[in-house]
Order: sequence, then structure tokens, then C-alpha cells
Amino acid sequence: MSKVHVTTTVNGDTVEFLTDPRETLLDCLRDKLGMTGSKEGCGTGDCGACSVMLDGVLVSSCLVLGVEAEGKTVDTIEGMAKGNDLHPLQRKFVEHAALQCGFCTPGFLVASKALLDQNPDPTEEEVRYWLAGNLCRCTGYDKIVRAVLDAAAELRGEAA
Amino acid sequence: MRYHTPSTFTEAAEIAAGAGGITRFLAGGTDVLVQLRAGMVTPDDLIDLKHIPGVMDITRTDDGGWKIGVAVSGARLGAHDALIADWPGVVEGMELVGSTQVQGRATLTGNLCNGSPAADSVPGLVAAGATVAITGPDGDRELAVEDVPTGPGKTALQPGEVISAITLPPRGANGGDAYLRFIPRTEMDIAVVGCAVNLRLDGDTITEARVALGAVAPTVRLAPDAAAAIIGTSLDDAALAALTKAAEAACNPIDDKRGTVAFRTEVAGVLARRAARIAYDRAKGAAK
Amino acid sequence: MAKDEYKEFRLVGTRPDRPDGLDKVTGRARYGADIAAPGMLWAAVVRSPHAHARIVRIDTSKAEALPGVKAVITRADFPEGLTGEAWNMQENTMAGERALYDGHAVAAVAAISALIAQDAARLVEVEYEILPHVTDVDEAIKPDAPVIRAGAADATVPEGMPPNVVRYMEFGHGDLDAGFAAADLVMEKTYKTEATHQGYIEPHACLGQLGSDGKGEMWVCTQGHWYIRKMCTDVLGLDPAQLRVTPSEIGGGFGGKTTIFMEPLSLALSRKAGGRPVKVVMSRAEVLRATGPTASASMDVKIGMKKDGTMTAGKVVFRMQGGAFPGAPVDMALYCAFAAYKVPALHHEGFDVLANRPRAAAYRAPGSPMAAYAVESLVDEMCKELNLDPIDTRLKNAVRDGDQSSYGPKFGSIGLVEVLEAMKAHPNLQAPLGPNQGRGVASGFWFNHGGDTSVSMAISEDGTAQVSIGTPDIGGLRASIALMTAETLGIAYDDVRVNVVETGALGVNEPTHGSRATFASGKAAVIAARQAITEMCRRAAAEWGIDAEAVEWVDGAAQPAGPNAGKFPPMTIKEIAAKMSSTGGPIAGHHESVPDGVGASFGAHVVDVEVDPETGRTTILRYLVVQDAGRAIHPSYVEGQYQGGAAQGIGWALNEGYIYGDDGRLQNPVFLDYRVPVASDLPMIDTVIVEVPNPGHPYGVRGVGETGITPPLPAIANAIHAATGARLRSLPMNPPSVLAAIKALG
Repeated sequence: MSKVHVTTTVNGDTVEFLTDPRETLLDCLRDKLGMTGSKEGCGTGDCGACSVMLDGVLVSSCLVLGVEAEGKTVDTIEGMAKGNDLHPLQRKFVEHAALQCGFCTPGFLVASKALLDQNPDPTEEEVRYWLAGNLCRCTGYDKIVRAVLDAAAELRGEAA
Repeated sequence: MRYHTPSTFTEAAEIAAGAGGITRFLAGGTDVLVQLRAGMVTPDDLIDLKHIPGVMDITRTDDGGWKIGVAVSGARLGAHDALIADWPGVVEGMELVGSTQVQGRATLTGNLCNGSPAADSVPGLVAAGATVAITGPDGDRELAVEDVPTGPGKTALQPGEVISAITLPPRGANGGDAYLRFIPRTEMDIAVVGCAVNLRLDGDTITEARVALGAVAPTVRLAPDAAAAIIGTSLDDAALAALTKAAEAACNPIDDKRGTVAFRTEVAGVLARRAARIAYDRAKGAAK
Repeated sequence: MAKDEYKEFRLVGTRPDRPDGLDKVTGRARYGADIAAPGMLWAAVVRSPHAHARIVRIDTSKAEALPGVKAVITRADFPEGLTGEAWNMQENTMAGERALYDGHAVAAVAAISALIAQDAARLVEVEYEILPHVTDVDEAIKPDAPVIRAGAADATVPEGMPPNVVRYMEFGHGDLDAGFAAADLVMEKTYKTEATHQGYIEPHACLGQLGSDGKGEMWVCTQGHWYIRKMCTDVLGLDPAQLRVTPSEIGGGFGGKTTIFMEPLSLALSRKAGGRPVKVVMSRAEVLRATGPTASASMDVKIGMKKDGTMTAGKVVFRMQGGAFPGAPVDMALYCAFAAYKVPALHHEGFDVLANRPRAAAYRAPGSPMAAYAVESLVDEMCKELNLDPIDTRLKNAVRDGDQSSYGPKFGSIGLVEVLEAMKAHPNLQAPLGPNQGRGVASGFWFNHGGDTSVSMAISEDGTAQVSIGTPDIGGLRASIALMTAETLGIAYDDVRVNVVETGALGVNEPTHGSRATFASGKAAVIAARQAITEMCRRAAAEWGIDAEAVEWVDGAAQPAGPNAGKFPPMTIKEIAAKMSSTGGPIAGHHESVPDGVGASFGAHVVDVEVDPETGRTTILRYLVVQDAGRAIHPSYVEGQYQGGAAQGIGWALNEGYIYGDDGRLQNPVFLDYRVPVASDLPMIDTVIVEVPNPGHPYGVRGVGETGITPPLPAIANAIHAATGARLRSLPMNPPSVLAAIKALG
């Protein structure tokens, strides 16, 4: 069995791991680096629970190989809060009860942040289409969409 | 599984040609990894093309067309305003593939090489008259996009051959294209039917047209009769009716979990009509 | 508690942040697959690719020889001689003589890595003899259908029934013939629903460890860890008390995580691998092929109605398959069919039928959505035929407090009339409709379950409180329990910590199912808190030297009950707690019971749709849920239940469904083709929380979790009919079906 040595940057920290080329970035984050905030809900890129940023682009980490992370920058849910300061999206998800079981929540937060970083004032429709690859089975999406719109307003400096 | 990162297409082709077992090229990986995960295909050699210089680039060709690198993601394609201005139908086809997350990785070339008759980006490329550049053990060649897929999951690429770029022709004046697909949900589904229309006008009259249909035959196919039905017309009701009939006649679909023969045939006509109207309006100058 | 008495509460009815919120928005919350243990092995499961096959031979030698493999198990590693439900669970955990459905486990492997385990699973050689199969309920009930299991029928099945009928039931009341004779319109139709999956985003996962001494541990995502303990130990022939089960955070369940699937495999593999812990994590395909789903149904409904809408008689015959084992929820479906109506004559008949599909698990109000689809569709058809308003017709026939229910017992306090009145008053009903748009309404019903409940609570040294509950928190339960406990004790919400504890820490608890957790664990927590209050009053009385009966608890403090009790300043919970070591030791409360006083919940939905007449695609324009919560402890999470139930029902109605090929294999075991609603498919889902307090709960709680999935199926069918004139009597109402129905109108 030949494993590949990978050096990559996760949430600002340089990390190294050995990976079988068949293992996904999600496997490596969860099982080699102990970063279990990213979830596997499907393994086929259909649910978004494993969403991470790879060199600043939103991807499903189940559809990226661990070996492909060599020399790249990965940002996960674990890096979203700065110390104890939550990102407004994180606060708004709690305030709006935008999570029930919470399993899809890390993926929704990572994907929502990617949206707001490039579109600070999205419409409800834009939020819904951007997040169409993030499945939530508990909420019917209503409170999630409201939380994202409210966080966007706060980030724009508008009173909610 | 061995993982390779060649730095030229020639090197990639050499690795592929020299490999004994199952070989896959890796660009966006959104099909390869799904197949790997499901245990459907576990390659012996996986050749990652993303370390080859230029594969992430979208460049204007000398004749005014476009060259699109094999690792250009849907997200990157969708952010390229000049390309969208020329070929909105091609770009919107690609942008319909998968989720926002998948868009961060999935590529036109990968969508084409997966060989699915339902590939959303392929009808737009076919209608546009796009070609692919191929590097192989016996040198380079060029192929029309419609000649790449030969059946579900199958392509005309020979062992050791790898696509090195996709080329779109110059848009030229008074042209417009559009792609529509039908899916049961609003997002995240594989096309039950797809249809791309590319046309050019002289005044109000259509002078050139290409119509391509997806998911209604073993491969994405051109529908020349459908194109003929609107050439020389101003897309009036009679032309739309003829287009509908011709599109339906071009269908040779199957019943499967995504749709029935009757449904696919019927909706192919509907989408051809609707896509033609959009393409026509775009040729008239409507923005995407 | 009088029905219209709306007491002012300090905390109940407010919307504080949930206590587990921070963990869940930072990725720290640990779910089933998020844990590792020293020496841990990974498992992979070998599953049958055939719908029905005799297992001729299993050769595990190549798998065992692969370096890194530590154990391979087959059915031979399980005890023999089980009977009844224990045998059913064991057989479903791992096939014995025959594989009974596509995805049925036949062997399992544990190895030092997930990849090695998967490689080894592919090396297990299984020789099958393929047998005839059947997956459709109407085919499976035929006398000449392939026999799934001879002798599986229970005593309820009369002689001469087809071989796959394993349970039969009938009940009713009144004179059916006279009822139909008294009607101005009698209609009879047949409706079908396809099986759907609960579709929780977290696949099943567990980490199990079992030594040769029969002592074990398990970490598992489940709705009920005592159920897991009992079922695993039944299947493996162990003593329940020797297995300690700790629930992880749970990534959705909806009923599907109230039973076992691969959990016993982790224990059996661990025991065979020298007691090393074994982690099993299902793939999505495994989840869809081999867990859940709900039953599929074929239902005949006949209703008699007078011109004014009065229902005179009703008859239903339901056939349901729940996979290769008994347990399709046909009984519950029958109970719910006419629950919202007061009808003088009713007859219910039901067949539980075996088929070559995975064993059905509970799915949110099991049986009720199917029944509602049939009955609420036919009621709508008759309203349209008689030109009656669908809400007024439901009001005319609505059950009220004290009415005899269609399934037997008398209703206590119920809120159906209040729900329908609130719906009538909602602005959504006035929204104008355009071309190809239509509006549909339907009502729905679900019970509220008591169930074994055990809760303990204790006062900390500083007067804060901890509560230990045994019902896993899927949708904000800890917030609700903290609100009720803090309300009762008279302390701050943030001064209560609620923990979902392992099986070693409490008496037996039934799962978070049956819409019971806020009702049952909440009621027990309030009773336990009252015990602690009694003790704190006793301690204050002792210090003051007065009778304990002369002390009352007000606003978080003990105080003399009236001027005759003595003049002492109130003694706060903090003061009492600070000196508890010297006044008698720890102060705690606990409660164990099967809580009575359950409160059923009625709901009604209004949906506006637009149907594309050229493609048959249905778009949900507007959606309203009105439901009786009794009292909403944390209204945001009550709304969440309403919205989530509606979204699942919308999925079931429009695009979800199991698709089996002619070969009996599941065609859509991935989220790509098992089409749950995505964010862009839905509008905002409006909610109205009706509060008709349940007198059986200290704060008036009813079960709210399940009713919401019931009305969407018929409401959408009724709306599509209003938009197109086409009546869809089979689910899913996906674009090909709707387009075909529109074209059939001519």
C-alpha cells in the first residue's frame, strides 16, 4: 500500500498527512486531522454537508481527493469563528432556530458564507438557488433562508 | 490506485498509453470520485490534469473564438462576462450541472467525457459547433463535440488519448444561443430532456441554426430537421409548430427512473420551442 | 386547566437560543460518525444485490486472508433459536438462509482501515440462487405471488388469505348500509402511495465494543438508546444491563432511527476481533437500500355524503407492504383515516403484506399520510362534486371534545375546530390565483404517545439545576426541557443544563418518537422539579422551625405561606443550595412513569400550486400550516416541526419515491434520484400555532412533531386538481404523471 504525503493549509495552519490516493479530502479532514465538523451525508456531491472552501472556492470535500489538497488552502467550519467571536451567520442560525438536528448546519454555514462573501445583498431566490446543493431534511429551509438574509443585512450594516 | 500529476498533455497521454489497467483522467473529479466511491470504477492509474499549465485558462483565439482549458470549472466559466456575452447558452448549460459546490470543480471537458446522454453542457457545445483538441500517442487531432460521445458512458477517445482543450467558434454577428433542460425539481437533478438552440439572424429571419437534444437518445444528438424547420423563418407560430414536430421526431428515448418515452418526447418539443425563442431574442440583442 | 385559560408564563412561550446551538454552528457537536476510540477497527457490510435469493454458500476465506482484516462475520456468528420479533430483527440485521431484499446484509468485515474493510468486503464470495420476487403491494397480495416467508402470518389472519398477508384487522361502528343509503352522494376510489425514505441527512453510524465477558459499550446515533440496547442484546443473546449505550448527537431520524440496522454487527465484529471497538458508518446507498423506509400503500375508500356536506358513512380497505417483515403501519393508517370526522357508520379493514423490500421503519406519523391522501382526496372530490366549501365541510363533520373517535376511545380536549377556524381567517385563503394555479386544503391527525419515561434532576451547589433525560434531542428538546424546568423552579433559563444521558444513568426510556419527548420528558422533568421544590421547602421550614406544609415556593424562593406561618424573609434557591450539605445532603428529584394525559394534535394545510400545462411540473407558490400545539414551549421549534413536516410531505407528494426495476433492485439509492425537496423548490412555509392547552400536561403540551407530514399529500393533490382539472390518485405526482393526467382529460 503506497500512501502519499500531503502538506496543506487548513484554517490557516500548515498540516501534513499520509493518504491513500483513494481517500477523499473529507476522509482526510475527519479521520486524519480530527476535524469532524464537515459531515458526509451522501458521498456523491448531492447533499452539501461536507462543504469546504478550497483555495477560496466552495466545493464538496467528498468530491476532492486528499492528494489534491497538496499545496492548497482549505477552510472548514472549524475556522469560521475567530476565537470565541462567531461569524454573524453562526449567530443568526442560532437566533432564528435555523437548525433542528444540526447535521447539515456546518455545510450550510460554509456555503452561505461563500455566497455572502461574493454577493452581500442576495435576494431570497438567490439564496435558495445558491443553497440548492445543501440538503436539510428538518427545517423546510424557511428559517435557514431567513437567517442567511438577516446575517447579510447585519454584515451590510443594516439593522435587522 | 496510482496518482499522477503530469505537467504536459504529452506526458499525460504517455502515462495513459503505458498504463495496463483502468485509467481515468482527473479534472474536476465530480464524476470520477462518485464512481470511485460507489465502487463502480476504481482506476489503477488516475492522471490529474490540473498541474498542466493553461488548463484553468479561458482565452480568445486568433479568429475570435474561445479556447477553454480542460480544468476550467463551471464557476469560472460563469464568471467570464465576455464568454457569456458570446455564448450564453453554452455557459448556462454548464452552470446547470450539479450544485454550487459541484460548480466549483466540474468542467465542460469532464461533463463531455463522462459520456452521459443527459450531460447538461454538451447540447450547448454541439449546437455552438464546438470542437475538442485531442493529444494522443499518435499525435494530435481535432474532433467535433458531437462526435465525442459514442454511447452511454462511451467516447471516441482511443486508449492514451486525452482532450487538451475545447474550442468554441467565433460568435459572429446577430447570433444567439440558449439551453433549457427539464428536471422534476428546480435544481440538483439529471436532465430528463435537454435542448440547445443556436441561431443567426438576418433581420428577423433565421439564416443559420443548430438544434441539439440531450437525454432523448444514447448520445446527445444534433437534430438537423429541427434546425431546418426554423431556418428561413422569423420563428412564427408555424415555424415553432414545425420545430416541435421535428424535435419530437428526433427523439429515440428510453423509459427509466427519470422519465418515460412519451414524456421525454413531448417535453423535447416544448423545450425546443422555448429555447428557440430565447436564442432568437438573444440574437436580437437581449442580454442573458 | 380550563380550555381558554391563557396563563402568563415567565419563560414558557419565549424563544431563547438553544443550549446546544454553539456546538452545532461551530462543528463541535459530535454525531454518530464523529468519534474514534483507541484500537478502533472499521467495518464494511456485504449486501445482497438480489431482491430474493437463497444463499447457497458464503466463502470468507479470501477476505480473512487480506492483511489488516481482524474479523469477518455471517449469520453463523449469531445465536440460533430466536423467535418472534427478536428473530425478525436478527434476520433483518443479517440474512440467514435467504436474502429477502436488495441490500439485505449477508456478511460483515472489520479491518484496521475503512479502505481495507471495503476491499475485504469485495473479497467475500457469496453464491446465490435467485428466487422469484415481488415488490408491489397489489402484486404481493395476489394468491399466486412469490411467497416471502411461509408461516409468518399471525393469529389475526383468517384461513384462506393470500400467503403474503401476515396481519389482518377490521373494526368500525354503526350501520354502514343505512349510512350509505342516507347519503346523497356515494363515491368510491382507489389511491396508491409509493414508499418514501425518512431521508435524514446523517447516515446511520455507531461505534460498538463487546468483550468475551458479554460486557459492551456503544456510541450510536439513535432516537432511543434503550431500544438499541434491548434490540442489540436480543439479537446477540446478551443481558441488556451489560451493554451501556451512549447516544451521540443525532442528525435527523423522523422515526427511522428508532430501531436497529447495523448496530449488532459492530458488537458481533468487536467480539470476534478480541473486543476491539468497531465503527460502522453506512453510505447513503446503504441507508436507502437497507434502512427505513416507509410502507407503500394501496387503498380503497368509500364515503357517503349528504348535499349539505354531512358525512353519513365511510369505508376503507388498506393494503400496505412494509418489506419482508411484518409491521407495515396499516393499523395506524386505519386509526387515522377518519380521525378528523364524526361519522355515524364506519368500517375499516387492513392487510399487512410482505414484499421483497427493506423492512419498513417508522416515518413521521406512520400510516397517517397515506390514509390522509386517500380520505382527504376523496372528501375533496366529493366537495367539488357537491359544490361545497372544503373547510366548511370539514368543520361540519369535525370531531369535538368528548366525541367518540373513529378508532374507539373518546377524545379529551382537542383543537380541530379551532384549527379550521384559524385557517379560514388566514390571509393566504384570500390570495388571488392566476392561470394554471389552484388551491388545495386538507387536514391531518396524529396521536401523542406517553411511553416509558425516566428523568432525574438535581440542584447544584449554586442553585442552578441539571436535568438528565433519556430522549435524544433532535429538534430543540433541550431548550424546551430547560424552559419548563426553569419555569417550574423559578430560575433563569440559562441556569438549567439539560443532558441527554446514557443507558446507565436512568431507568428505561422509550425513544424520541410518537411526538412524545416534549410531552413525556417535559412532564417528568416538571414533576421531578416539583419534588426538588418540596424538598427545598422542607429544608427552609426546618431552618425556620415551622411546618413544611406552611412553606410555599414563589419565584425561585421558599417563603412562609401566609401571615400565620411566621415572618421570615424568602429563602432563595441559591441560599438553600449553598448549605445543602449541612441540611440533609444533595437536593434532587426524579420521576419514572408512563405519563398519562396525552394530547392528540390536529392540523390543516392550505397550499397554492401552479402547474406547467406543457410539462406537468408543479410549483408550490404558497404554503400554510395551521396546527394545534396545546402550548408551544419554544415556538420557534414548534414552527420548525410544522415547516419540516410540510416539506417532507411536499417531497412525498411530488417527487420522492422508491423506484424498483424489474429485477427487484432499487433504482434510485442516491440523493441525485431520490429527490427530496431542495431549498429552491420551496417557498417560505407560513405557520399558525393554535393553542388549545392539553389538560394532561402541566404546561398544556401536545405532541406536535408528526401531524405536519400528513396533510400535504392530499392538499397538493387537491390543489393540482383545482389548477388542472386532473385528479392524481397515485403518488408521486411527478411531472410525467401530472402531464399524462392532464393529457388524459383530452
